[in-house]
Amino acid sequence: MNRVLTLAASAIALCAAPAAAQDFVITNATVVTGDGSEPIASGVVVVDDGRVVYTGPQAGAGAFDTATVYDVGGAWVTPGLVATVTNLGLSDVSAVSESNDIRPGSSPFNAALDVAPAINPSSQHILVHRAAGITRAATVTAPARSIFGGQGAIIDLGADGQPVTRARAFQMVAFGESGARLAGGSRVATYAAFANALYEAQAVAAGRWDAESAMLTRADAEALVPVVKGEQSLYMAVERAADIRSVLALKQSFPRLDLVLVGVSEGWLVAREIAAAGVPVIADGLDDLPGAFEELAATQSNIGRMAKAGVKVAINASAMENPRNLNQYAGNLVSLTRIPGADGLTWGQAFAAISSVPAEISGLKGRAGVLAPGAMGDVVVWDGDPLEVGSVPTRVFIDGVEQPLDSHQSRLRDRYRDLDESDLPKAYDW
Amino acid sequence: MLPTVKKLTAAALAVGLAACTSAGARETESASADAASKAPFPSTYSAYPGRPTALVGATVYDGAGKKIDNGTVLFRDGKVEAVGDASLSTDGYDRVDGTGKFVTPGVIDIHSHLGDYPTPAVEAHSDGNEATSPTTPEVWAEHSVWPQDPGFTRALANGGVTALQILPGSANLMGGRSVTLKNVPSRTVQGMKFPGAPYGFKMACGENPKRVYGDRGRMPSTRMGNFAVNRQTWLDAKAYDGKKRDLAKETLKGVLDGEILVHNHCYRADEMALVMDMAKEMGYKVSAFHHAVEAYKIGDLLRENDVCSAIWADWYGFKMESYDGILENAALLFREGACVVIHSDDANGIQRLNQEAAKAQAAGHRLGIDISDAEVIRWFTLNPAKAMGVDGMTGSLEPGKMADVVLWNGNPLSVYSRPEKVWVDGALMFDAMDRKRRPVSDFELGQPGEGDVK
Repeated sequence: MNRVLTLAASAIALCAAPAAAQDFVITNATVVTGDGSEPIASGVVVVDDGRVVYTGPQAGAGAFDTATVYDVGGAWVTPGLVATVTNLGLSDVSAVSESNDIRPGSSPFNAALDVAPAINPSSQHILVHRAAGITRAATVTAPARSIFGGQGAIIDLGADGQPVTRARAFQMVAFGESGARLAGGSRVATYAAFANALYEAQAVAAGRWDAESAMLTRADAEALVPVVKGEQSLYMAVERAADIRSVLALKQSFPRLDLVLVGVSEGWLVAREIAAAGVPVIADGLDDLPGAFEELAATQSNIGRMAKAGVKVAINASAMENPRNLNQYAGNLVSLTRIPGADGLTWGQAFAAISSVPAEISGLKGRAGVLAPGAMGDVVVWDGDPLEVGSVPTRVFIDGVEQPLDSHQSRLRDRYRDLDESDLPKAYDW
Repeated sequence: MLPTVKKLTAAALAVGLAACTSAGARETESASADAASKAPFPSTYSAYPGRPTALVGATVYDGAGKKIDNGTVLFRDGKVEAVGDASLSTDGYDRVDGTGKFVTPGVIDIHSHLGDYPTPAVEAHSDGNEATSPTTPEVWAEHSVWPQDPGFTRALANGGVTALQILPGSANLMGGRSVTLKNVPSRTVQGMKFPGAPYGFKMACGENPKRVYGDRGRMPSTRMGNFAVNRQTWLDAKAYDGKKRDLAKETLKGVLDGEILVHNHCYRADEMALVMDMAKEMGYKVSAFHHAVEAYKIGDLLRENDVCSAIWADWYGFKMESYDGILENAALLFREGACVVIHSDDANGIQRLNQEAAKAQAAGHRLGIDISDAEVIRWFTLNPAKAMGVDGMTGSLEPGKMADVVLWNGNPLSVYSRPEKVWVDGALMFDAMDRKRRPVSDFELGQPGEGDVK
C-alpha cells in the first residue's frame, strides 16, 4: 500500500486534512464513476485515508486491510454531486436580509469580494444539500453594483469547521441583460466597463496603477490581476447567442482569460463556436421559456445539443429552485433522448454533468466528481437510481468521513410523525 | 351552519354540468343578455374536433385512485365513454397502442400565473398583482391573462396540463378573482375559459401583504393588521344589499353565497388555523390553502375542515414563513386523511407536477407511509379539480367526463417519462411524435427556435 499512502500524502498538501479520515470498502455496489461511463454492476470502492484508491469490479480490487466494509446489497454508489454555481453557505433565509450575504449591494467593492470567510458550514442549506448527496459546491456572491460579482470559492459540505476547498477559485462577471443594467443601462457600457477594469488590472500587474485616473478601487483592480493573467477562471453570465459570440471574442483582446460561460440559454445556436473556443459551459438545464429577450431560443435540448457539438457542459445549479434538484434535472435530460427532435444526454453523460464536469470546471479534475484513484473520498450510497425523482442518499462520505444526514427538516419530520399531544405539547417531543 | 365543501362542490357542479350538457360537443352557446350581466366575459371555448379514440394496452390511472393494467380508455365527442380492461370492445374507434405506456387524466395545476405573469417576463407584462390596495376583490385575473404566453404551450407539451387556475398574486390580502382555463391556445382569454367552472377568490396570509403595505406606512403592517383588514372587509360585504353594483362586494358576496371558492395563500400552520376560524366567523369556506408548507403540522384540522392543501414537494427556506418546509408534507397530510394537491406557482414547475408528486411519494415511503401510485396521481388530477370545483367535469377518467387525457411514454411518476400525446376534450392538442401537433404562440413566430421541441 505504499503507493496509496504516497498519493494520500500529496493530496493532503493541497487541501485541509479531514478531521477523522476513514478507511473503508464498499462492496456489492452498482458503481457510477462519474466520468460519463455507464454503471458497473457488483462493483467495489476502496477508500484509504480519505482518498479513493480503487473503483471497479471486485476481481480487480486486490487485498485491502480495513475494519469497515459496507456491503450495500446492489445499491447505487456514486461520487458526491458537485453543484455549480450556488450561494450555499451564504444565507439562512434568502428573504431575511440580515441572514443573507449573497448580494453585497451597498459595498464599494466588487471584484475584490471574497466569499471564503463568509461561508457558514452550519447553514441549514448546507445540511439539507449534504443529505441530498451534494458534497462540493462552487459558491459566490451575485453581481450587485458592478458587473463583477466577486471571487467564488469551492467548498465542501462536510460537517466540520473547514468548508473551503479552494478559496478565490473564480471571478464572476455579468454580461447580457443583467450586466447591461449594472454597467449603466446598455450592453455597450458592459464592454467598456469590462475592458477598462482589465486594463486597470494590467496596470496594477505592471506596477503602474494610477490612483488619480483609476475608476476601480485599488482592491478591485488587484483582484482582477489573476483574471487577466489567466490564473483565475472568469465565469461570465451570458444567455443570448450574439452575446456568447461577443464574449468569446474578448479573448482576442485578453488572450489569457480562462473563460467559463454560465447560463447560456441560446448556446445551442452557437455550439460549434463554443466548442472551437474550448470554453466550458455551466448551462441552465431545463429552461425552455423566453423568460427574457436574451433567451428566446431557450430549449431543454440546449445541453444535449451543446454536448453533441463537443462542448463541455455542466448543469447550472443556480437555474433551479434548489441545487438539490440537480439529479432530477439530469434525469430529465436523459428522458429527452426518447423524444423525436429533442436532444438529451445518455445516463452516464447526464450524471457527469452534475459530477465530474462541474468538478473539472471547478479546478478539481480527477479529485472530485469521480470515483477514481486519487480522488477525494466523496462517496454517496443511494436508495435508488440517483437520477430518479425521489431517490436520496442513505450514506454520504466527504473526504472519507461519514457525514450526519440530519437537519432542521429531518427533526421537524420526526416531531410531526404523529400529531399526538395527549400527554404533552409537541414542544416536548425532541 | 356553514355549507360543507361537498355542498359547495355539488352546487358548482350543477352549474357546470348545466353549461356543459345543454350545448353538447360545442360546449357553450352565446349566453343570454341576462346571463351576460351576471356572468360577463363568458367562455367562448368549445372542443376542437376529435376522433373516436381507444387507448389500449396501457397502464391506466383513472385519477380517482384506481389502476388498470392493460387497460382500455374509450372517448368520443369530447367525452370519456368507458374505462376498463382489455375486454372492452374498440369497434368504431381509432386504436392507439399504449403498450408499455401509461394513461392518466389531464394534469391540472391549481396555482398558476401563466398569462398574468407571462414570458418574456418584462415589466410591461407584469399583470399579476394589483398592489395598490390591500383588498382588491374587484379585479379579475382573466383581464390580465395574455393568451399568447408561451408558457401555456410548455405546460401542455412537457407537463400534460389540460386545465389550470390562474390566480392574482399574493401582494394583497384579497387579490381578486381567479379564472380557470382549459389549456388550449386561443386568440382570446374567453376562448380558454373553462365552461362552467366556478370562479375562485385569491386571498393571502402572512408576510407578503404586511410587507407590501407596511413598507408604505399603511395598514396592514402586521399579521394582526392582516386579520383586522380582512374581517372588516367581510363585515362590510355582509352588509351589502346589492342595490348599487359594486364589483368588490359582488365578488365577496359570491364567496359568502358559496358560488366562488376561496384559494388562500398561507404558509404557516398557526395562520391557517386562524383563517379557518375567520371563515367560520364570516360564513364562508376555504377551498384550499396554497403554498401550505406547514400543513403537515395541522393535518387533523385540515381534514376536519375539509380544506385541501396545495403544496410544492420540496420548496423551503426562501422566506421566513417557508422555513419549516419538509419533503414529507404531502405524505403526512395523506396519512391524516387530508386532501393533497401538488401545485406549481411556476412556469417551469408546471411542466413537472408529476415528478414533484413522485418526490413527495418517495419521502412518505421512507417514513413508512406507503401511498400507491394511483393515489399519488390523484394529487395532480382529481384533487385539484375538486378544490377548483370542476371535479364533476374533469380530473378523472370516468364516463361522461371531459376527455382530458395524457398518454405518457412511461410511468408518469418517473423522471424518465414524458407526455407523448395530450387530448383536451377529446381533441389531440399535442403529439410528441408529430412535430406540427405542437402549439406555437404568436410571440414565438419568426423567432429563433420557433416550433422547436422546447
